[in-house]
Amino acid sequence: MLQYLIKRLLMMIPLLLGITLITFVVIHLAPGEPTDLQTQMNPEASSELQERLRVYYGLDQPLPVQYVRWLGRLIRFDFGESFALDHRPVLDKITERLPVTVLLNLLSILVILAVAVPLGVLSAVRRNSLFDRATTVLVFVGFAMPSFWLALLMMDWFGVRLGLLPISGIKSLGYAYLSFGGQMLDRVQHLILPVFISAIGGLAGFSRYMRSNMLEVIRQDYILTARAKGLSERVVIYRHALRNALLPVITILGLSVPGLIGGSVIFETIFAIPGMGKLFYDGVMMRDYPLIMGILVMGAILTLVGNLLADISYALADPRIRHSQGDGQ
Amino acid sequence: MNRNLLNLFAAVLLMFVLWGCNQTEQATLPAATPSGPVRGDTFIEASIGDASNLLPVLSSDSASSDISSLVYSGLVRYDKDLKIEGELAESWQVSPDRLTITFNLRKGVTWHDGAPFTSADVLFNYQLYTDPKTPTAYAESFRQVASAETPDPYTFRVTYNEPYAPALISWGMPIHPKHLLEGKDITKSPLSRQPVGTGPYRLSAWSAGEKIVLEANPDYFEGQPYIKRIVYRIIPDQSTQFLELKTGSLDFMGLTPLQFDRQTDTGAFSRLFNKYNYLNFGYSYLGYNLRSPFFQDKRVRQALTYAIDKQEIIDGVLLGYGRVATGPYKPDTWVYNAQVKTYGYDPIKARQLLADAGWVDTDNDGIVDKDGQALAFTIVTNQGNDLRAKSGEIIQRRFREVGVDVQLRIIEWATFLKEFINPGNFDATILGWTGGPEPDQYNIWHSSKTGPRQLNFINYKNQEVDDLLERGRRTFDQQQRKAYYDRFQEILAEEQPYTFLYIPEALPAVAKRFRGIEPAPAGIRYNFNHWYVPEDEQKYSR
Repeated sequence: MLQYLIKRLLMMIPLLLGITLITFVVIHLAPGEPTDLQTQMNPEASSELQERLRVYYGLDQPLPVQYVRWLGRLIRFDFGESFALDHRPVLDKITERLPVTVLLNLLSILVILAVAVPLGVLSAVRRNSLFDRATTVLVFVGFAMPSFWLALLMMDWFGVRLGLLPISGIKSLGYAYLSFGGQMLDRVQHLILPVFISAIGGLAGFSRYMRSNMLEVIRQDYILTARAKGLSERVVIYRHALRNALLPVITILGLSVPGLIGGSVIFETIFAIPGMGKLFYDGVMMRDYPLIMGILVMGAILTLVGNLLADISYALADPRIRHSQGDGQ
Repeated sequence: MNRNLLNLFAAVLLMFVLWGCNQTEQATLPAATPSGPVRGDTFIEASIGDASNLLPVLSSDSASSDISSLVYSGLVRYDKDLKIEGELAESWQVSPDRLTITFNLRKGVTWHDGAPFTSADVLFNYQLYTDPKTPTAYAESFRQVASAETPDPYTFRVTYNEPYAPALISWGMPIHPKHLLEGKDITKSPLSRQPVGTGPYRLSAWSAGEKIVLEANPDYFEGQPYIKRIVYRIIPDQSTQFLELKTGSLDFMGLTPLQFDRQTDTGAFSRLFNKYNYLNFGYSYLGYNLRSPFFQDKRVRQALTYAIDKQEIIDGVLLGYGRVATGPYKPDTWVYNAQVKTYGYDPIKARQLLADAGWVDTDNDGIVDKDGQALAFTIVTNQGNDLRAKSGEIIQRRFREVGVDVQLRIIEWATFLKEFINPGNFDATILGWTGGPEPDQYNIWHSSKTGPRQLNFINYKNQEVDDLLERGRRTFDQQQRKAYYDRFQEILAEEQPYTFLYIPEALPAVAKRFRGIEPAPAGIRYNFNHWYVPEDEQKYSR
């Protein structure tokens, strides 16, 4: 097992290098440079200044040199300085945005799991019933609905008309003056709409997935055996069938690890949440290369780690895989 | 972000985006309470983007300059009538040869950390802006300076190589503190997140991407402002901002024409807010690339202007909240020339002019042609500005009616600059300029500014205009200057290198509890320090 782990970890290094090289080239293919955006259409900026800025950012060097320099810094865990006007370290900019994004994504995955698993199981057990059809329609409506539109409707309804929930932001202006309980309540109130909206789009995929897994399992011989032993339907479904149907969920969870640091631009824009999606989008629009690369590298690492975790936990959860001592997949 | 960039674009032409005002406010102002102005309360407004850097020398986005304008002061500023008045400078003298300006600085002014403000700070700023190591976009006007000196702690003297009319207002740039910045790498300075200025407000908290909080400066040299606290909430979406405004969570917002006209006419809204409208500085235009063979003949450009119904664009796109532009200046400024040639909507004349220039429809396909080539071209504009895209569609239809075939392409900003504007690789473009009271247009129209990445990207070259622009910026006498700029406007009107489209109005809504708002040519925000909320109406006690 340990040997396997080391092998997998070592494999990640060339993969990661390849990913960074490709992304580095691709983002530099996009037309426009950060210096253009800072100085263009500005009568106070001369061409000489443009050149000065290019030298300042190291953009006057050939692309391979820029890449090697960037890589050299990365090895020392230095993501570099943002090309945005604030000149702040990329790492600072990412770490201040990360917690709220991770919190939102975790909550929304939890909500999705909590709702989609029972929904999928019930749909499978009562296959083709009215309940099955109704949930199918509903989750697909939720999936197809533009989230920004639904978000605005809910904000208008709960925020403006009913005045029950705050419209945007992550905490109230008077947050600092609230008691601890009040602060918690305030946080929760601000999270309700964003979590609900982000969960609703994910429900469809997950509940459908759960449903088909469950249908698959129910057809297996061991379920027939369980029924033949005279076990109650409850035990058959929830102990024998559900456990097996849940196994592939591990893979999905592993794959959603990189998604934890990704945010949706539209969503963060509407709710005025200072998260990763907006940071990345702004970075791309301003051609802030170090920031873009920083976020992509973190995403790449998390994707690789997520895959590894999924494989490992799959092996731990499923004795068949563990005993075969295979390479995970 | 796109909007943010556009804002940046709108803010760069002049660092201070000042509002001009020519119309009276819609709602009547409540009379001041007999008790008079009192201190307290919080003013909450929203910004679509976070500030980038609160060292004004390094930033060029509108959120940063909005905040910097409250935290820092310059030597001079514009007053409510857009005349230059002293801020950190008590008075100034311009030498008879127009080459030297001597500023007499206010005494007893302190930085937010208590250190005294002196002429050494001003000299340091001159050095800071012109230091090659400072990555600033604002060095150009300070490069005209030949020498700067400080005869004593409260006198600052600056000498130019030749007379330079925009010199005085260029000293309205925010002054940075020497004692905290000297000898340090400006790009690494912590002051970019914790600014220290001499202005009416101090930064008290900044949560990145969420909000910026400013507190009134009790030691401000013109007296502590009445409103105790300003909160800038970062809300990137305008619809969300508007919902927040409706619940009263925001006290101020610049409305869109649709919101102003159709969505705020309810009793509930007018109980909480006053709305104002007045002309902005800045205009939109359709610029013709004069390198293109299509636009060599001025009759073609005149014809295209005749073919556009500008009022239709204003009614359709701005719901009427704008004015027809006839040139680069705003109608209520001293420099505006009302006598220039104007072009009403006249498709018949447009066709006639096109025919005069040799463009007639010989093959009956509905498109005019000449020497076998049809008059068909592409208008490019940037993504993220709905007003421009919509104007383009209206123009497209009107051009088609006079036999001109136009395609519209909307392109992401960075690509737009890199692939189209910089290499001069476009036929025509819809863009806008934001200006200010200073009429110098040298950078946009002078033939020396047609190089790559310069502002005269339509390649306009006219010897007389060059001459007028050079004289204009060397002349201090307003009467004399006006004569030059009047002629400049006449030439532009005749030649139509741009079809000047419209000047949009600013449409702010302000919570009713704020008193002391006096609309003036400078807009409404110029006297913010004198706004107040009567004690019994104050909403935020902490």
